[in-house]
Amino acid sequence: MSKQWPLWEIFIRGQHGLNHRHVGSLHAPDADTAIKHARDVYTRRNEGVSIWAVEAQHIAASSPSEKGPLYEPSESKVYRHPTFFDIPDDVGAM
Amino acid sequence: MYAQMVKSEATQDDPDKLVAFQARIDAGEKIEPKDWMPEGYRKTLIRQIGQHAHSEIVGQLPEGNWITRAPTLERKAILLAKVQDEAGHGLYLYCAAETLGVSRDELTEMLLDGRMKYSSIFNYPTLTWADMGAVGWLVDGAAIMNQVPLQRTSFGPYSRAMIRICKEESFHQRQGFDIMMKMANGTEAQKRMAQDALNRFWYPSLMMFGPSDKDSVHSAQSMAWKIKMNTNDELRQKFVDQTVPQAEYLGLTVPDPDLRWNDDKGGYDFSEPDWAEFFDVIKGNGPCNVERLAARNKAWDDGAWVRDGLMAHADKKRARQMAAE
Amino acid sequence: MSALFEFCLRMGDNTLVLGHRVSEWCGHAPVLEEDIALANTALDLIGQTQMWLGLAADVEGQGRSADDLAFLRDAWDFRNLLLVEQPNGDFGVTMMRQFLFDAWHLGQLETLIDSADDRVSAIAQKAIKEVTYHFDRSSGLVIGLGDGSDESHARMQTALDLLWPFAGEGFEADATDLELAGAGIAPNPAGLRAAFDARVEQVLQRATLSLPESRFAHRGGRTGARHSEHLGHMLATMQVLQRSYPGATW
Repeated sequence: MSKQWPLWEIFIRGQHGLNHRHVGSLHAPDADTAIKHARDVYTRRNEGVSIWAVEAQHIAASSPSEKGPLYEPSESKVYRHPTFFDIPDDVGAM
Repeated sequence: MYAQMVKSEATQDDPDKLVAFQARIDAGEKIEPKDWMPEGYRKTLIRQIGQHAHSEIVGQLPEGNWITRAPTLERKAILLAKVQDEAGHGLYLYCAAETLGVSRDELTEMLLDGRMKYSSIFNYPTLTWADMGAVGWLVDGAAIMNQVPLQRTSFGPYSRAMIRICKEESFHQRQGFDIMMKMANGTEAQKRMAQDALNRFWYPSLMMFGPSDKDSVHSAQSMAWKIKMNTNDELRQKFVDQTVPQAEYLGLTVPDPDLRWNDDKGGYDFSEPDWAEFFDVIKGNGPCNVERLAARNKAWDDGAWVRDGLMAHADKKRARQMAAE
Repeated sequence: MSALFEFCLRMGDNTLVLGHRVSEWCGHAPVLEEDIALANTALDLIGQTQMWLGLAADVEGQGRSADDLAFLRDAWDFRNLLLVEQPNGDFGVTMMRQFLFDAWHLGQLETLIDSADDRVSAIAQKAIKEVTYHFDRSSGLVIGLGDGSDESHARMQTALDLLWPFAGEGFEADATDLELAGAGIAPNPAGLRAAFDARVEQVLQRATLSLPESRFAHRGGRTGARHSEHLGHMLATMQVLQRSYPGATW
């Protein structure tokens, strides 16, 4: 069997002003082709204005066993969320 | 279904881990590729998602058979866009399977040499333009019955692929029914074509759900793991109940003399398809098994130089860049 | 027959015939990503056909529709370049045909966006966005396969040698072209050759492919005088339902 094309992860900005979002993956021999394939595969219904393609092997991912240490500390920092604070109604919209 | 009679794999993992895993699923959590999972869960999913993906790819062929003969420019564009979507769905599903540690090329090789299956329905021929209507209406209709619940399946990548697929799929069944409406309201010849298409596709569509699995241990395991959401009989009943009134609307006759409404169960009683025929098709003796696999093999073999050539170019380009740096 | 009607047929028949050829790949391409990309190209071309043949039908004013023109004319009334009716061959032939056509098409559309006829200009403005991408894609594949493996290089050179004699027809001018050029509606095709050559040579050089020396060009497609044998077979397939069931609605 010959060498398979590498796997690329595709991120698309759906509208101006939004973040790029992961939409899926595909195979391509190089970055230029990956972007062309992404256009053909993932924007058939006008889904995007900008495409990022990242070769899957270059993505660093957290491992599930670190789930506790990585995310739980932020669960206790409730003050990061606006609902933590009681603002008197008289103050108006904030 | 698109994945028919998928055997679940026995699992010999640490019982404590299994209990914890089942608890996660029961709590409605999604399992992601890097999470611990029973070996049986992983293998069953590869088989199911792979079969589902293969069905999309082989499923391009019966409808692709009519792209060059579509009767108007608009019909040609719609049909081509539809068959293109199927290629896209196959692609999303292969990517979901790849997160489980199997490559798309490995899955493809297993399809091509017959180690993996695809849905029985795609081994039936498309003989007239009305078959484009019947396939969209009945075959996609049956597929949607299965795919909508699978959006809630426990494996994250599979669930996300199904969500994307269902969003795109909604136009498929409608375009099929639209063709059927035109035919059923058309000339005598068109009406005859429409009835003939329904006659040929009715029972094969019922077979898509697979034989009754109410006593199957494989199905029970898959349902516990939430990689199968309903029994085959439930989905088949739902499909018949939905489709019969649509056939009546078209003025077409469902080819089942024993079809009748049953007030007690609030659904139709209907005849079982010929399961001997189903098993023949699964074994490779359907009307088009040989052609379908030959077409996929030819595309793969003829395309080898293209895939290798573009990879060679990419390697050269990288080497030149490295040399320049 | 008016010159504008003739011109619209030439544009629309090119996209109709090539769109049909490319659609023949659906389900049979070398890799899934290419299958999807080829279908996109075919869909763009079918859409452009609807516009050009729709305008042709309007200009003719005989009550015919774009579908009538596509499905109820015989081969001798078709006005496409011989290039686009050539069979798909292997993937290399298909992409080389696409590349040569795209290079011609892009040059044509670049001048048509300034057409004195607003309807022509409007179609060109929509089509040029799609065709710019087509050219980008086919160029990339010609370069990738030309400068790829030994086998892909050899196949692409064979494809180029096979199709090059069909590249020149798009630059032949006849009375229709001169009339439209005079009215500022469409360019004199002869004037597009230099830009085409530059475009093609630049890509072929990166593809490490050699342009055949001969400038010989087959002709007869865009005038309808002498099509190849391939067109009749394609139409027999394409038109079968409209021919077999006259007057039916689909």
